[in-house]
Amino acid sequence: MVASPFNPEQQARFDAELEAALARFPPERSQAALLPALHAAQRELGWLSTETLSYVATRLKLWSTRVREVAAFYTLFRLKPVGTNHLQICTNLSCALLGGEKLLEQACTRVGARPHEISADGKFSVEPVSCLASCGTAPAMQVNDRYFDEKLTPEKLDAIISELERVG
Amino acid sequence: MSDRILTKHWGEPDSYTLAGYERIGGYKTAPEAFKRTPDDIVAEVTKGNLRGRGGAGFSTGMKWSFVRKEKATPKYLVINADEGEPGTFKDRYVLELDPHRFIEGCIIGAYALDCHAVYVYCRGEFEPGPITRLKAAITEARARGYLGPSVFGTGYAIEMHVHRGAGAYICGEETALLESLEGKKGFPRLKPPFPANAGLFGKPTAVNNVETLANIPTILQMGGDAYHALGCPKNGGTRLFCMSGHLVKPGVVEAPMGATFRELIYDRCGGIPGGKKLKAIIPGGSSSAVLSADQVDLKSDFDTLKGAKTMAGSGGVIVLDETVDMAWALYNVTKFYAHESCGQCTPCREGTGWAARLLKKLVDGRGEKGDVDLIYNIARQGEQRTICALFDGAAMPLKSYIEKFRADFDSKVKA
Ligand SMILES: Cc1cc2nc3c(=O)[nH]c(=O)nc-3n(C[C@H](O)[C@H](O)[C@H](O)COP(=O)(O)O)c2cc1C
Ligand code: SF4
Ligand code: FES
Repeated sequence: MVASPFNPEQQARFDAELEAALARFPPERSQAALLPALHAAQRELGWLSTETLSYVATRLKLWSTRVREVAAFYTLFRLKPVGTNHLQICTNLSCALLGGEKLLEQACTRVGARPHEISADGKFSVEPVSCLASCGTAPAMQVNDRYFDEKLTPEKLDAIISELERVG
Repeated sequence: MSDRILTKHWGEPDSYTLAGYERIGGYKTAPEAFKRTPDDIVAEVTKGNLRGRGGAGFSTGMKWSFVRKEKATPKYLVINADEGEPGTFKDRYVLELDPHRFIEGCIIGAYALDCHAVYVYCRGEFEPGPITRLKAAITEARARGYLGPSVFGTGYAIEMHVHRGAGAYICGEETALLESLEGKKGFPRLKPPFPANAGLFGKPTAVNNVETLANIPTILQMGGDAYHALGCPKNGGTRLFCMSGHLVKPGVVEAPMGATFRELIYDRCGGIPGGKKLKAIIPGGSSSAVLSADQVDLKSDFDTLKGAKTMAGSGGVIVLDETVDMAWALYNVTKFYAHESCGQCTPCREGTGWAARLLKKLVDGRGEKGDVDLIYNIARQGEQRTICALFDGAAMPLKSYIEKFRADFDSKVKA
């Protein structure tokens, strides 16, 4: 048995989510609970290490290689850590028409990290992201679980980053 | 007649609650539907000429009749809430602002399909927002007995499950979505078999878009003929147009199927900011072929746009003003498809990346003689030769931008 990466509280939440996910599918289709399980693990730990992936694999009776392959396919699953504040800025057409690409550059310069890197203080990471379904209020950005889609401007972006710096 | 059906009470503060929906007559149609036969319901939907709002515009009634013909059980209704096509942002508001209308549609749909389990596959970024609202609405409906072991006391069981995707545009393609729902990578399946014959877990499955289902209560309430009359020939009802780009008032606009782009852009969205001129219209999400400004009077229904060699697609209308360089825009769009290609088919995996690199060359001012034709040919030669329609969705912009705005490309080639 692979050791669990969770502390007891995390374990309880993870177990509950996994059980609920399994209950949604026919019993012989437990693999369908894989994405929910990965989401639950990432919510607890911030990202998915090799150990975490192996643990999820054991719980669902799947090969670890299979689990890693699935996790790697989806961009929301992080196979390496990100900054405390993970800034994802949309650069697809509706956003790009209104300055999305420039905002991405601005964010990188401001926090001192290139796309897909973490800032020296660990507080920030920045990356371009595919359309966030907020094109009517473009340009759009997502920070962790929060949407900032009220027509982002360079000034608003600066203010948001300052705010995030203050609160951690 | 008011054009507002789907957006009828979006402005009200409690539009997303069960009480808010019941105040405008919600959950009155589904109990009536259980008094009719499933075949009768499918016939009514077919008569209404409801065309799928996810992209392909296929007749919903016909799709449902295919699933009904299958003998295997259980049958599934799977809802596509992956909403990933750049320029598309309506399903999100349906789920956030009016989830009960959608749930009532799913109840009727499940009954019509002899199905007891509905899976709603939501794009990962919809959590918390739309997913939280939808889950709360399901809980509310279930507590009232509108979902659960005996829906409206009929003895008919329906459970609705919310499943969260994880950031992959390709999972909006219906067979990739099914693979993902089964816990695998989102690789599109070779068709046939179609999902109606062998879908989720190999069982007969209807895959439908969120907005499609949100229309079902209205069709049964007013009848197929009246619903059809709201739109235009063979395109029933109203549609949620996602208006973005260079517009004074962008946002979701509900208008009859077949509204012209002039109406949508100038009457409904206040036209183009700064008095600038219209250059181009992307009519149905970034994978549709582009229209030039002189096509602004075209109607927006599925058949008219197919006739104009483009598509109504997802209803994502992106408006480009005269300042836009179409080579830059095409590079932006193509880069997206190159990034999102799942890599199973050579023309798509290699072609999208190759075209994007050539476009980058042009945009950077390093274009060489022959590059523009090469880009065009990459698109033409891969078309209709891949497992899924993602590549065609990349090829349509590639071809049409070059055909309609050749000067923007040629001007970047060194003499
Ligand atoms: C690459 C690709 C991406 C797609 N993305 C979506 C999507 O995000 N949402 C959606 O509803 N349909 C999407 N579709 C269309 C679906 O495959 C399918 O046609 C649709 O869900 C059927 O529902 P409908 O008949 O109600 O429109 C996509 C298709 C392709 C080829
Ligand atoms: S066309 Fe592209 S996205 Fe679709 S299956 Fe082939 S490689 Fe994958
Ligand atoms: S293009 Fe940026 S949110 Fe859709």
